Amino acid sequence: MSRFLLRRVIELVIVFIGVTFIIYAAVFSLPGDPIASMGGDRPLPDNVVARLRAEYRLDEPLIMQYLHYLGGLLTFDLGTTYDGRSIADQLAARWPTTIALALTAWALELFIGVVLGLVAGLRYGTLTDRTILFVTVLATSIPVFVMGVSAQLIFGLELGWVPIAGTSEGWPQAYVLPALIVALYGLASASRLMRGSVVDTLRSDFVRTLVAKGMPSRQIVGVHVMRNSAAPVLTFLAIELGFLLGGTIVIEGIFNIHGVGGLLFDAIRTQQGPLVVGVATALILVFLVVNVLVDVLSSVLDPRIRHD
Amino acid sequence: MTEQLAAKEISTTVSRRGVWTTVRRRPQFWISLAALILLLLIAAVPGQIAGFFGESDPRVCPLVESNQPPSAGHPFGTDIQGCDVMANVLHGTRTSLFIGLATTSVCLVVAVTLGTIAGYFGGLADRIIARLADVILGFPFLLGAIVVLNSVPERTPLILSLVLAFFAWPTLARLVRSSVRSVKEREFVQAAHAVGFSHARIILGHVLPNSLAPALAVATTMVGGVIVAEATLTFLGVGLTQPSISWGLQLSVAQGYFQTAIHTLIFPSILLTATVLSLIALGDALRDALDPKGRS
Repeated sequence: MSRFLLRRVIELVIVFIGVTFIIYAAVFSLPGDPIASMGGDRPLPDNVVARLRAEYRLDEPLIMQYLHYLGGLLTFDLGTTYDGRSIADQLAARWPTTIALALTAWALELFIGVVLGLVAGLRYGTLTDRTILFVTVLATSIPVFVMGVSAQLIFGLELGWVPIAGTSEGWPQAYVLPALIVALYGLASASRLMRGSVVDTLRSDFVRTLVAKGMPSRQIVGVHVMRNSAAPVLTFLAIELGFLLGGTIVIEGIFNIHGVGGLLFDAIRTQQGPLVVGVATALILVFLVVNVLVDVLSSVLDPRIRHD
Repeated sequence: MTEQLAAKEISTTVSRRGVWTTVRRRPQFWISLAALILLLLIAAVPGQIAGFFGESDPRVCPLVESNQPPSAGHPFGTDIQGCDVMANVLHGTRTSLFIGLATTSVCLVVAVTLGTIAGYFGGLADRIIARLADVILGFPFLLGAIVVLNSVPERTPLILSLVLAFFAWPTLARLVRSSVRSVKEREFVQAAHAVGFSHARIILGHVLPNSLAPALAVATTMVGGVIVAEATLTFLGVGLTQPSISWGLQLSVAQGYFQTAIHTLIFPSILLTATVLSLIALGDALRDALDPKGRS
């Protein structure tokens, strides 16, 4: 176990260095002189230029600049916005909203995915099965922003079941619709996995034995098939959790939810470059850490994973 | 051991021949293929097809006709600028398909090259490529693209394709690597080694032709994913910009008027969804035929 843990941590460090270097290279080493453009039309005085260059370490070699940036990241320094506020502080207040949304979406995805997959697997090859497959894939093909805007129009404006936007009405009313839309996009994979797994389980020897000894089918499906088929779905959904935290950008934007995704959405729309990079970097790092945690956790639950 | 190998060989030759027989009998394959051929036709001559129904030029925009509902001259209505929605939607097909196909082609070239090197030679090259893929997969797809596109000075369809390809190749490369590794062990490849063929000849003549199929099936689905990604990035504001004509741009504008001019939202959405759905369905049909258990 400790060897596996060590290997995962070393992998995380390598990926972390690689990812941050790509971000750094993409953002900070592009041609152009940011200091010169700060002055607008008139050139800045030489001493101001020198002070700013020293402040931003622009005269040091690229690798030193990168290491400095990395050092900042490790102390949760994600830079400042144009108006001088710390990006990390702005994020801190917004994480709870995004986590609430992502977890709600995750729970919905798990529940609906397992139920649909179970139904499709039990009715394997029938019209019900094919309808479920088609509808879940169809949902995946509709762009998330079209789905979001249409859902707002239908359920918020026309039917008035849920608030159109914002989170002022709190959990769950304000979160159900956006979370459902986010969940829709994982349903195709989740329900398929469950379906395949149900089909396999139904063919297994122990189910045949249960049928043979006369156990009611409700109990076979409800207890034994369910429990044995859900394992791969849970592993898949665990990995999904990392994606969900970053996958709510568009939905938070459309539903005016002030989470981390919503902040990124606004930052892009208002063209605040440093804020975009800071928030995106935070989301990417969270994604990395969540993935490792999920990996370690699932290896505790299922030791076979360690020897992949 | 040899018997096992032989048995494996027979089953794979059967399944290779079986792909066409399986796929040929599935309506899903023919329907999605027909839809894609129609879309390619639209992408090739969007002006002529739009002209058949009304306005052919997406840039003829009389402001007085702003946000008109569908009518005889404008079967899909007009947008906020007075431009014909149908002409714009049909021209958008070209941009979307270009980005989808260009991104996927670049990915395929990179993935086949690196995946083959990693799978065939193994060792250090394999480990380096695997780490590289790990790093790229460390980015959630859209977020990586957002960071890079945010600082790119100019965002043309080609640049967008290259950025998307940069973040998308590892999945395909891993797939190619694992098929190459399994094909490499087969008897006909060992025979080719024994006869003294060069690595280049073995790879190009024997390994690759037998290990590309799964990657091609996934690549088909990927074209759809890339098209959605482009539309989403454009909608967010880090994708294409004017004067490009794209579904993402049209939808981004349309979102602001969805209560007064819903047709400007509906028609690009329908084409976008239809395109993506047919690509996913085609990729699915191919993958199911390759892997009849249909578990993925």
